Amino acid sequence: MQEALNIKDHNGLFELERYKESQEAKKAFEKWPTEDEIEKVRAYTCSDEYKEKNFGRTALTINPAKACQPLGAIFAAAGFDGCLPYVHGSQGCTAYFRSHFNRHFKEPFAAVSDSMTEDAAVFGGHKNMIAGLKNAYALYKPKMIAVSSTCMAEVIGDDLNAFIKNAKKAESVPADFPVPFAHTPSFVGSHVTGYDNMLKGILFQLTQGVEKAPADNGKVNIIPGFDGFAVGNIQEIKRILKLMGVDSIVLADNSDVLDTPLDGTYKMYAGGTTIEEVKAAKNARATFALLPDSVEKATKTLIKDEWAQQFFASIPLGLAGTDAWLMKLSEVTGKEIPAELERERGKALDAMTDSNYYLHGKRFAIFGDPSYAEALTDFYMELGAEPVHIVVTNGSKKWAKAFNKKLSESSFGKGGKVHQGADLWHLRSLMISEPVDFLVGSTHGKQIAKELDVPLIRIGFPIFDRHHLHRYPTFGYRGIINILTWTVNAILDDLDRKATFNNDFVR
Amino acid sequence: MLRQCAIYGKGGIGKSTTTQNLVAAMAEAGQKVMIVGCDPKADSTRLILHSKAQNTVMELAAKAGSVEDLELEDVMMEGFKGVKCAESGGPEPGVGCAGRGVITAINFLEEEGAYEEDLDFVFYDVLGDVVCGGFAMPIRENKAQEIYIVVSGEMMAMYAANNICKGIVKYANSGGVRLGGLICNSRNTDREEDLIMALADKLGTQMIHFVPRDNTVQRAELRRMTVIEYDPKARQADEYRTLSAKIIANKKLVIPTPLTMDELEGLLMEFGIMEVEDESIIGKTAAEEAVAK
Repeated sequence: MQEALNIKDHNGLFELERYKESQEAKKAFEKWPTEDEIEKVRAYTCSDEYKEKNFGRTALTINPAKACQPLGAIFAAAGFDGCLPYVHGSQGCTAYFRSHFNRHFKEPFAAVSDSMTEDAAVFGGHKNMIAGLKNAYALYKPKMIAVSSTCMAEVIGDDLNAFIKNAKKAESVPADFPVPFAHTPSFVGSHVTGYDNMLKGILFQLTQGVEKAPADNGKVNIIPGFDGFAVGNIQEIKRILKLMGVDSIVLADNSDVLDTPLDGTYKMYAGGTTIEEVKAAKNARATFALLPDSVEKATKTLIKDEWAQQFFASIPLGLAGTDAWLMKLSEVTGKEIPAELERERGKALDAMTDSNYYLHGKRFAIFGDPSYAEALTDFYMELGAEPVHIVVTNGSKKWAKAFNKKLSESSFGKGGKVHQGADLWHLRSLMISEPVDFLVGSTHGKQIAKELDVPLIRIGFPIFDRHHLHRYPTFGYRGIINILTWTVNAILDDLDRKATFNNDFVR
Repeated sequence: MLRQCAIYGKGGIGKSTTTQNLVAAMAEAGQKVMIVGCDPKADSTRLILHSKAQNTVMELAAKAGSVEDLELEDVMMEGFKGVKCAESGGPEPGVGCAGRGVITAINFLEEEGAYEEDLDFVFYDVLGDVVCGGFAMPIRENKAQEIYIVVSGEMMAMYAANNICKGIVKYANSGGVRLGGLICNSRNTDREEDLIMALADKLGTQMIHFVPRDNTVQRAELRRMTVIEYDPKARQADEYRTLSAKIIANKKLVIPTPLTMDELEGLLMEFGIMEVEDESIIGKTAAEEAVAK
C-alpha cells in the first residue's frame, strides 16, 4: 500500500510557522512598508482624486485586456491539417505563445521559431528563414508551414514574401510546398488582428489558381475566430449545422488539435481543415464569421472581393444573437430550422426565466475582446441585467461609438459605458467608484474581483485558473444555458457566502 | 494600369526636387499621380503643396494615439493639378526607427484604399540609401515595380547608385522589381553625361535623361513651387517634360548588374575622376615623404 504523503497545498504551506518566520525576516531585510502605510496607499488608490489621475495616464498601460498579433496568428494556423505554425523572430515570444495555449487548453501546442538573435537584428533574418524552414520541414514533416512574425523582425523590416521565395530557391522546402505568411507586428492591433491576417494569408495562398466556379457548391464556410471556447463552440456549431442539414467547411478548425485524447501517442498534427477543404471553400455559397472582430479587415476583404462570396459576420450568442444567426443561415441555404433546434430554444428560454429574478437589475462590468464583450452584454441585457463598465483594450473607436449609442437606446443599457482603449487598472478605478454585482472576463480579472469582493464569471481568454471551461460552448441555445449556469451560480455562491441569517436551501 | 515607381539616390542629390518636377510634368500631361514621401524629413511634397512640410502619417498617428485612429483624408492632400500627396514622416534624428515609419505609413495607405483610386502613377521618394529593411518597403512585392536612381557625375553619388543596385538585385531575384534607369541630375562635373551613360551601360540599364543644372529650379524652390508651375515656359520645364515622357514610355526594365569596387574605381579613373592609385605613397607620413624627396 502506498504511504500517504502529507503534502500541503499552496494555502496551507505558507501558513506553516517556518514560512511565516521566513517572510517576516524578508520583510525586515527588505525594509517593507508597514501594514498601515500599505493601507494608506491602497486607500488613496481608491479615491476620486486617484481615479482622475489614473484616467489621465497617457504613456503607460497596466494589465491590458489584449494580447499580441502573433498569438492570434498561430492560433489560426493551428486550425489547418498538418500545419506547423512558424514564428519568424525571437524564441522567447514563441515560448510565451505556446505556454499561453498550454495553460488555457491544458494541451500541448506545437509552434516553431527561427530564433533570431542579435546578429539577425543587424543583418536581417534572411538566413534564419532559410535554415528555419529547412529544419522545420525536415524535422516535423508538416503539410504546410504558416509563417508569422514578431516585433523584432517587423522593426527591422524583414520582407517575409521575399525571404520565403528565396528559401524555396535555396531548396529549404519544395517549390510547391505551401508556406503562407502574414506580417504580424505585435505593436499593431491585437491577437484578433493577427488571427485575421494569418487566416487571410492561408486562405489566399491555398486558393491561388483555384478557379471560381460559375455556380457555388452549396456549402457554407464557418470562420470561428479567436475564441477561448473554440473547442466547445466549433463542435456545437457543427452539431447545429448537421441538424439543419447544411454542408459546411470550418476555416481554421482547431477544435481537435486543442482537445486530443490521451491514448499513449502524441500527435503533433491532430486534425484541422484540410488543404482540399480550403480549396472548396472558395466556391462555397457564403461565409459566416462567428466573431466579427477576428475577420474585420484582411479576411473580410479577401472573401468579399477575391472569392466574391456573401459574407456575414455575427455572433450566435444569446437568444436574439442565435435567432438572427440561424435565420440568416436558413435564408442563405434554403434549409428549414428543424424542430429540434426550436425545442432547444424553448429550453434555453425556460432556463432564462428560471434564473431571471437573480439576474434582473443586477449591475455588471465586463472586459475582453470587442465581439465577445458586445454579445455578452446584449445577452445579459436580455436577462434584465444592466451593464455599467465595458472595458475593451483593442477594438476601434468607431465600434465603441456605435456600441455606446446602442446602450444609450436601451432601458437596461443606458447606464453603461464602453471604455475603448482602457485597461484593467482603469477598470479597478471604475469598479471602485461605481460598484457592480458581478464581473465578466478572463482570469486576469481575478485580482480585482478578489480585492473588491465581486464574483468573477470566467468568459474570455485566457482562463488559466479554472479547468475545462473551453470544452463548453458559449454559442447557440446550449451556450445560453452554459453562460447562464456559470453566472447565476456564481451569484448564488456569493449570496450564500455573504448570507448572515437567510441561508435558504431553495434559491 | 497603375505603375508604381520608387526613386532612390544619394542624400542631397535632388531626389525630392526631381521627383516633384517630374510628377508636376506628368500631371500637366493629364496623368493622375500620387507621391508618397518615405523620409522622416518630410520634404517630398512641399513643392506640389506650397507648404513647408505636410502633416505626416506618423506625426498624426502619434497625436491620435495609434495609426488605427487615422482616416485617409487626414493624411492625403491634393496639390498642383490634383497630384495626391502623403508623407510617412518619422522620428527626429538620433532616436526611434525611421524605417518602421515607412512600413507603417505604406501599410496604412494600402489598408485605407489610397491605391484603389483612379491613379496612373505612384512615386515613392525614398530617403538616401536602402539603409534597412524599412526603406526597402516601397519595393516589396505588389508595390513599386520600377526603380529610378537619381545620380550625378560625383564620385559618392555613383557609389551610392551602385550600392542601391546591389539592394535591387536582392529583391529582383524573388520578385518583380526592376531598374528603370538612371536620372542624371547634373552637377556640371567633367564629361558628366558620358560618364553616367557609361555607368548605366555597365549596370545593364540606361541613362533615361540628363537633367541639366539650371538656376530656375532654385528660384522655383524658393517659392515652394516646381518649375513646371512657376515658369512653364522655362527651358528647364521642358527638360522635366521630356523626362516625364521618357518614363511614361519606358519599357526597358532590367535586373541591374552592380559593379565590383574595382570595376567602379576603374570607371572613375577612366574618366579622370579618380587618380590611379600610387602604391608607393601608402602609409607614408609627410615627414617620410619629405625625406624621400
